[in-house]
Amino acid sequence: MDFAFLFNHFAQLTITGLALGAIYGLVALGYTMVYGVLQLINFAHSEVFMFGTFAVAWVVVFFHGTGQTNQSLFGTLGLLGLCLVAAMLTSALIALLLERVAYRPLIKKGAPKLIVLISAIGASFSLAEVMGLRDRIAGWFGLQDDLANYVSQARNVYSSPVTIDPKGLFDIGNYRVTDVDLFVIGAAVLMMVGLDTFVRRTRLGRGIRSVAQDPEAAALMGVNSTRVIRATFLIGGLMAGVAATLYMIRIGSTRQNAGFILGVKAFTAAVLGGIGNLRGALLGGLVLGVAQNWGAAVFGTNWQDVVAFVLLVVILLVRPTGILGESLGKARA
Amino acid sequence: MRGRALTEEILQTKHTLRTLAALAAAGLALTACGSTDSSSSTATDSGSCTAGQKLAFLGATTGDYGALGQNMVGGIKLALSEYNDKHSDCQVTLKTYDSQGDPDKATPLATQIVQDDSIVGLVGPGFSGESLSTGKTFNAAGLPSVSPSATNVTITQQGWATWHRVIGNDSAQGAAAATYITDTAKASKVFVIDDGSDYGKGLASYVHDGLGSKVTGTDTVQTGQTDFSATVTKVTGSGADAVFYGGYYAEAGLLVKQLRQAGYKGLFMSGDGSEDPAFVKAAGAAAANGAILTAPAGPAPADFDSKYQDVNGSPSGLYSTQAFDAANIFLAGIAAGKTSHADMNDFVGSYSGQGVSGPIAFDKYGDIKESVIFAYTVKNGKLDTANPTPIS
Repeated sequence: MDFAFLFNHFAQLTITGLALGAIYGLVALGYTMVYGVLQLINFAHSEVFMFGTFAVAWVVVFFHGTGQTNQSLFGTLGLLGLCLVAAMLTSALIALLLERVAYRPLIKKGAPKLIVLISAIGASFSLAEVMGLRDRIAGWFGLQDDLANYVSQARNVYSSPVTIDPKGLFDIGNYRVTDVDLFVIGAAVLMMVGLDTFVRRTRLGRGIRSVAQDPEAAALMGVNSTRVIRATFLIGGLMAGVAATLYMIRIGSTRQNAGFILGVKAFTAAVLGGIGNLRGALLGGLVLGVAQNWGAAVFGTNWQDVVAFVLLVVILLVRPTGILGESLGKARA
Repeated sequence: MRGRALTEEILQTKHTLRTLAALAAAGLALTACGSTDSSSSTATDSGSCTAGQKLAFLGATTGDYGALGQNMVGGIKLALSEYNDKHSDCQVTLKTYDSQGDPDKATPLATQIVQDDSIVGLVGPGFSGESLSTGKTFNAAGLPSVSPSATNVTITQQGWATWHRVIGNDSAQGAAAATYITDTAKASKVFVIDDGSDYGKGLASYVHDGLGSKVTGTDTVQTGQTDFSATVTKVTGSGADAVFYGGYYAEAGLLVKQLRQAGYKGLFMSGDGSEDPAFVKAAGAAAANGAILTAPAGPAPADFDSKYQDVNGSPSGLYSTQAFDAANIFLAGIAAGKTSHADMNDFVGSYSGQGVSGPIAFDKYGDIKESVIFAYTVKNGKLDTANPTPIS
């Protein structure tokens, strides 16, 4: 155990942990919103995120080609804007598809929750494998040569050819905070505030809250629950698209199973903050990211998940509904 | 209602039984046909060719490590296509068993493989973990295997007479990497990182042993991890002038990228698991430049990649050349008319030839006799696969 190391590099571990946690938080929003409305864990949400990361890389390859370069964050803002739009559209599309294929038919027939859960897990595997077999899918249409830059070696790591070099801005402690750190954390907080305002202020937001509170009463008051559920998936997908863009700015590489570990972490973040609670999702993500880095510093990197999950257990022991509790809907045992 | 349902059920059961009985009879008849068929075919097809001979591949072709397994399958397919072009009257085919790299999934597949009499040899298993979990089964059945990629030292210490590998083990590579770090790179403070896998941990521990007191710190990351900020903080905080990583390219690429972004200026070195063009792609050209990757294999001949691309439609990758060589050993055995497992195993054990990955001959444990460890350099944003330096 190396506490001296933690204290000597406290700022660096905390800020990089926050940047990682911000991405967890954005993905966690998708889990928490669907849970708030349907009381279901959308296990395929990690794949919604994964498709977003590929959309980012594809857009970069499309506009930039495959030649590798290093650029600064602000030199690529235009390209990143396009990436963001593509990732949000792709993720939202996958989320809507998921709702249409894996959820709506089952919910309409009043299937037990467990069945819907299993359907989501199945959808998760299917989506990941579709991405992992995209070279063969392109092959069915005879496009594998034309699309070689996008589909060849489908199971391998797929990297954005433009590497974004972080630029140090100012010092906190002995760590030089970079523009990428600030950008990622800032963007996540901004999206969070925007979404929170949306759910609180708008008509659709009110619909989401009412379905979360009491679906039957909401239906009696004329809320179209199918439309609300679809909107919830859409918003979750859009947030996952933002998370995917930020992830690609920081990490730069993805692969067909990239969603899995991140999805588990994001789900944990959602539970940690209080599942069903929007602000809780971001808070849970940030806490998880920081705890993980501190844990890695003290016990070694292979222990970081142990530390994160022990923290989860401890918090749930003290506060079974998570740090901020459930606020979107009614109290659920 | 209830009575009726019951009768229906009984009727159905009867029906099922009858179908089963019919199926069983048909099955018996088929088996009978099958056995006469095969005996007649061996009787008529005199000469070296036995129809329907197969090679098996056991390893990951889907799942997290699917990319590595597909590199190997590509190498085997190239070897088969070259062989089948020359022996159009006697085609050999490949049967792929996908373990996803998981030792537990590999075990039942090994049983399936040894029960298939048309399989004359196994290329694989792909990884060290699955090699250790299946070696006993293959040894008991006498089925010879040649692994293109399992490098864990303990596998060949198990006393399995059928197990071979065409790649040098981790101990040789680890010692060579340590030599390179101390003698060529002249580093004095080395940070050793591994990914916790049988392969990565093993290799890193041999490097650690070779470096002795020059190791300034160690850390273990996880496969599939993409954010290494804690590890990066440890490395930069330790003032290390060299980093050795035992693991695969996906994590290695991201690790070196994040190290360079945090201002790390020293040497980055890793083993054969990272010697793949995707390492450079994941790291970005600027971060990957200067990285040294050791591998117990010489450069592939210039035309290997183009031939590979013609057959598989994608570029070759890590372990493609070794899988090509492993398949060719069995194909040479088939051409020499070795049909029984025992004959084939003797043939493999005493095989000696020049493969695309280097000279191939096995010692009595199944390890490759002559394995030169090469250091590959990333230059100008490309992994220079053509001009490695041998480490002595």
